[in-house]
Amino acid sequence: MTVVFEKTRGLTDAQTHYCPGCTHGIVHRLVAESLEELGVLDNAIGVAPVGCSVLAYNYFNCDMHEAAHGRAPAVATGIKRIHPDKFVFTYQGDGDLASIGTAEIVHAAHRGEKISTIFINNAIYGMTGGQMAPTTLVGQKATTAPYGRDEAHCGRPLRIAEMLATIHGAKFVERVAVNNPANVRKAKQAIKKCFQFQLEGKGFGIVEVLSACPTNWGYTPVEALKWLEENMIPYYPLGNFRNPEEVE
Amino acid sequence: MAKVLMKGNEAIGAAAIKAGCKYFFGYPITPQSELPEYMSRELPKIGGCFLQAESEIAAINMVYGAAGAGARVMTSSSSPGISLKQEGISYIAGAELPCVIVNIMRGGPGLGSIQPSQTDYFQATRGGGNGDYKLVVLAPANIQELVDLIIEGFDIADQYRNPVMILGDGMIGQMMEPIEFKEPKKRNLPPKDWATTGTGGKRKPNIINSLYLAAEALEEHNKRLQAKYKEITENEVKVESYNLEDADVVIAAYGTTSRIAKTAIAALEKEGYKVGLIRPITLWPYPYDEFNKISDKCKGILTVEMNSGQMVDDVKIAVNGRFPVHFFGRTGGMIPTPNQIAERVKEIYGGEK
Repeated sequence: MTVVFEKTRGLTDAQTHYCPGCTHGIVHRLVAESLEELGVLDNAIGVAPVGCSVLAYNYFNCDMHEAAHGRAPAVATGIKRIHPDKFVFTYQGDGDLASIGTAEIVHAAHRGEKISTIFINNAIYGMTGGQMAPTTLVGQKATTAPYGRDEAHCGRPLRIAEMLATIHGAKFVERVAVNNPANVRKAKQAIKKCFQFQLEGKGFGIVEVLSACPTNWGYTPVEALKWLEENMIPYYPLGNFRNPEEVE
Repeated sequence: MAKVLMKGNEAIGAAAIKAGCKYFFGYPITPQSELPEYMSRELPKIGGCFLQAESEIAAINMVYGAAGAGARVMTSSSSPGISLKQEGISYIAGAELPCVIVNIMRGGPGLGSIQPSQTDYFQATRGGGNGDYKLVVLAPANIQELVDLIIEGFDIADQYRNPVMILGDGMIGQMMEPIEFKEPKKRNLPPKDWATTGTGGKRKPNIINSLYLAAEALEEHNKRLQAKYKEITENEVKVESYNLEDADVVIAAYGTTSRIAKTAIAALEKEGYKVGLIRPITLWPYPYDEFNKISDKCKGILTVEMNSGQMVDDVKIAVNGRFPVHFFGRTGGMIPTPNQIAERVKEIYGGEK
């Protein structure tokens, strides 16, 4: 019998705790497949965040380090400076990376730290119960923005990929979405390329992944993917923002 | 080996390198900046890494990563910067990782001053971050002891998988004294088979973590930590004491303050006063039992600190009502003089020798 699809060795057999329709599971698989396909799984050290993916250390089948909220890039820096020959990545959400951890991500990029970051942008704080994130869209309701995000009160959502692309040490910056199979395939390509940049020692790399949170958005899984496409992608355009093959 | 004259902050760096520490993550703050400067100069020469972080928070989290990756690693700061590091220190203690953290204390609260003080005693010994955890807190009184404690501190950290804090004040960071590097007592250090080094396809993944979502599991983890702290308390107490059997007054002081107290004691002895000294070298675990050696004829204990009264709480716990406990402190960067200490001792005598 021919095997047409197998679960990647990059994931453990643990059952994830993610909600129905959450796209963390898809992104976990893409990351894990990329680690396996690039042959770095046994050489990889991952850093898990605080947030919905706090338990990522139970799902990735490699050495893992659980960081404090927002500090994953600093923890990863410590690891990479000890083991420059290992593959080091962080997996962070938007409450973690785009709010409490902005200093750490900016300066990891600024130093050209040779690590890779997977940044899940679902425009909300998931784990704590749907509070407003820096990435929450204007007008979008959250438990701490019950009347919808008011631009006059708390500004417009932060575009992390565009911001990091202005930093010289950030050598790979791409925004992808996992709202349909075509975009999932593109996301996989971006993640793999980002990882290759680390292996080639080029500098810091980040892939921002627009993701769905049906539970906290208050939609069905299918509605959530539609909402992502119609609301998030227009504000957060997909594409590569910095890639030395094009920039330098 | 011939002695060399070194400034305290630089001696810390030299001692750490002697102890095999090749990695330092720091952030500038007075009065300890000579230490990161020294490390930035010396670590590249031995194939190590000095990195100036974007903040104290980032620096301690780099230490968290590096310690988890199996390295001997150090960071340093001074009081306000140590406050910022508390988040990471709590995680490091919770994940049971070894590292050495140096606090060259300055006056507080807030931005305070840049002058020497001992105002972070509570923060260091009570756990400045969240949760039930303990640091091993070492308080050197001179540069030689500073060097010895740094070298032994790395071994203590590795033996117990616990962060060690060197608690000095601005004086000890800035003064110069002759030192020599000595071998510490041989310890049986466990292998770091828990470190994140990549599985190499040869073992199950290692996970560095302080999260235990199940209440039962977290309680078990805390019980393990407490058992470890008990073992440290039994094995690692260090104290210097003097004339406890014959003293009418005993001074309790640590760090550079204890040296001023010694000068006061020498002057008092010439005048016929009988004064003893207890100098805790480990502030945690605290040498409570040493106070049991004080003779019943003692009229009182005088605690001398460069703060408004912090270690005095531990002295009261140790004495447990046996003797009156007095306090004399200067703060804000002011330094007690031998005369001031001697006057307080005479007051406790109540005019009778």
